[in-house]
Amino acid sequence: MLGRTANGVFWLFRYLERVENTARLLDAGLRMALTRDIVTAEEEWRSVMETAGQRAGYETKHGTYTGVQAWNYILRDNDNPANVLKMFEGVRTNARLARNAISGELWEAINEGWMQIEELLSRPVGQGEVGEVIATIRRAATLAHGAVDGTLLRNAAYYFGRAGTFLERADSTARILDIKYYLLLPSFSHVGSSLDTGQWEHILRSVSGDRAYRWLNAGNIDARGMVEFLVLDDRFPRSLAFCHSALRDNLAALARVHGREGQCNEIIRQADIELTDLTIDAVLEQGLHQFLQQFTNRNAAISSAIADDYRFLA
Amino acid sequence: MPRGFIIGDNSFFNEMRNADGSVRPAYEDYATWFDEQEDGFLARKGAEAEGAFRKTGITFNVYGEDEAEERLIPFDMVPRVLTASEWRRLTRGIEQRVKALNAFMYDLYHRQEIIRAGRLPQRLFRNNEAWLPNMVGFTPPGGVYTHIVGIDLVRTGPDEFYVLEDNARTPSGVSYMLENRETMMSMFPELFTRVGVRPVSDYPRRLAKSLAACAPDMTTGKPRVAVLTPGIYNSAYYEHAFLADQMGAELVEGSDLRVIDGRVAMRTTHGFQPVDVIYRRVDDDFLDPLTFNPDSALGVPGIMDVYRAGGITIANAPGTGVCDDKAIYSFMPEIVEFYTGEKPLLPNVQTWRCAEPDSLAYVLDNLAELVVKEVHGSGGYGMLIGPAANSDELDAFRRKLRDNPENYIAQPTLALSTCPIFTESGLAPRHVDLRPYVLVSPNGVDITPGGLTRVAMEDGSLVVNSSQGGGTKDTWVLKD
Repeated sequence: MLGRTANGVFWLFRYLERVENTARLLDAGLRMALTRDIVTAEEEWRSVMETAGQRAGYETKHGTYTGVQAWNYILRDNDNPANVLKMFEGVRTNARLARNAISGELWEAINEGWMQIEELLSRPVGQGEVGEVIATIRRAATLAHGAVDGTLLRNAAYYFGRAGTFLERADSTARILDIKYYLLLPSFSHVGSSLDTGQWEHILRSVSGDRAYRWLNAGNIDARGMVEFLVLDDRFPRSLAFCHSALRDNLAALARVHGREGQCNEIIRQADIELTDLTIDAVLEQGLHQFLQQFTNRNAAISSAIADDYRFLA
Repeated sequence: MPRGFIIGDNSFFNEMRNADGSVRPAYEDYATWFDEQEDGFLARKGAEAEGAFRKTGITFNVYGEDEAEERLIPFDMVPRVLTASEWRRLTRGIEQRVKALNAFMYDLYHRQEIIRAGRLPQRLFRNNEAWLPNMVGFTPPGGVYTHIVGIDLVRTGPDEFYVLEDNARTPSGVSYMLENRETMMSMFPELFTRVGVRPVSDYPRRLAKSLAACAPDMTTGKPRVAVLTPGIYNSAYYEHAFLADQMGAELVEGSDLRVIDGRVAMRTTHGFQPVDVIYRRVDDDFLDPLTFNPDSALGVPGIMDVYRAGGITIANAPGTGVCDDKAIYSFMPEIVEFYTGEKPLLPNVQTWRCAEPDSLAYVLDNLAELVVKEVHGSGGYGMLIGPAANSDELDAFRRKLRDNPENYIAQPTLALSTCPIFTESGLAPRHVDLRPYVLVSPNGVDITPGGLTRVAMEDGSLVVNSSQGGGTKDTWVLKD
């Protein structure tokens, strides 16, 4: 396939994942804000904005944190270059670019999702609608993934798309974990407090992992269990270990299709060696923040290696 | 009188019903089916059709408004129907015309016998912006100039078809022909079991085959075909992507291509791989910045050199736009006769060339009854429709004509036939034209049965161009 088309498929799925993760983040923020008093709700929205990487932009525009302001900024504000509407447009534009590398059903799922979201976000989103908006965004992403599963040829385009998905997902989980941990738990002394438990619950909801975690841990929430679950548990589809292994498999498939390995395979192999024997103790000893920084830096290196190896741009 | 049927103006030929309300042969089966449907049936289907078009993203971009806004072309659910014998007549005429066009192109870029014979004035090329000196003495692979042609036809009576325009450069709209049929079949499946309609869905396969048959001699193995698009902001991007997808060809932009070792190669994830045939949807001017417009980023530097050395087929051939020129059009009867030795089977619309003083005088005197077009214009831009113009507009155009008569031709306002469209108050007649799609290769001329019927959505309007608010219909050619 064309390098430019491969780039289109890769970014289609990165943006799709980003949109979906933002919807999860909002959903968690909304739920937390609704169950808290006003002061902590404000804290909560500030933290959502921080995790979304949009705090500076938001505070330039607004002096205060309210739910309506916050979710409108994230969803549709023209002053926010990374609002959900623009990101979904990015999904659709890349799908148009790569139109002849994806199935008709995937294109229609994306196009229909975009039409619905564009309509819903054509005016400010009020308290009564935000739930529906979030649900629509998540459903659109789910439909697209379903179309991929059922209709996309398992050729290079598929592997580029999956690589984009898992790279972005790993990044998102790492970012959520990093910001929450660093912001809210500078030391382990708070572990076990009620505020702490609430924040951890927020994290789990942000990655739609609250149910899974409870099943596995019989309802016990603590920092150590959480980190183990989100970093090392390869049964959970949004954990770093799971995304990492899926990314590795898809990059290996690309190497097979192309008959040669690239720089991206080399980087992920190195990462694999380091991760194989990793334990939760080792992560905490190294410092979770340092570990996550290393992890996201490596993701960035893999992303640019993919672009080089497969001639995305030149 | 049948339910919901508005007869409209009797001075135009109505393709569905005669003035007394009786159904014409082409529409017999359709009319029977239609009369059996419940009230409100089509109205419900209308919303369904629009939804289907939006969902599949069948849109065209409109320039100048909000950064290439995407729009739907209005789709009408009543088919335009031609009988098998009408179609046979049309295809004979089209085939003759397309063969003449190719012979003409070859002649123009070689010995110019037609000019030596005094049948065509030399000045036509001097003033023709589409004329390419680079093509002189060069024969494209397989001798084909116009690989894909759209012949615009209009009808004025049961047996009166005229050619309105030849689109030999880059005829667009074929994706609408295909999607209109898909939409009709999904909305009215039972209708197709009752009316025998010839299929159009194999057009992409025929196109791929026809293009591959024109691959250069240098090709090794199965010819590799690519569609060259200016990109997602081009008004016809949907069509480019659709055709590439349907043909299983790559959809490339100029930046994906590079000249390597005397071949045009595309940048794939495996490295650069040669292309044999390029179905280009960019204009000549933008094809090669080394030869033409140096500012263009849409093309491929050096592609013309590869072309002239026989390393690639460009479809349609550069310089083919000469045939789209309306001054050339006015000579088509002579051109057909000169190269085929036969009388044209499909006549031209009567045309006055304003470059000729007598004609100019006539046009100036009768402007209010005429349609005046720019010689190089397309898409309904820069034209005057006399009967619809006010006196200021007429005066302004008179000045333009006097200042630059060579830039214009004039034609009578034709009594274009009408087909019914579906409106809120029932079926109502609207003017239509027809663009059949023609493929040319060394193996012959291949015409898909049907084409794109364009329809003026407004009562009385003669403007059917999509860029001017016209709509489209599915076009049916009946089986024998």
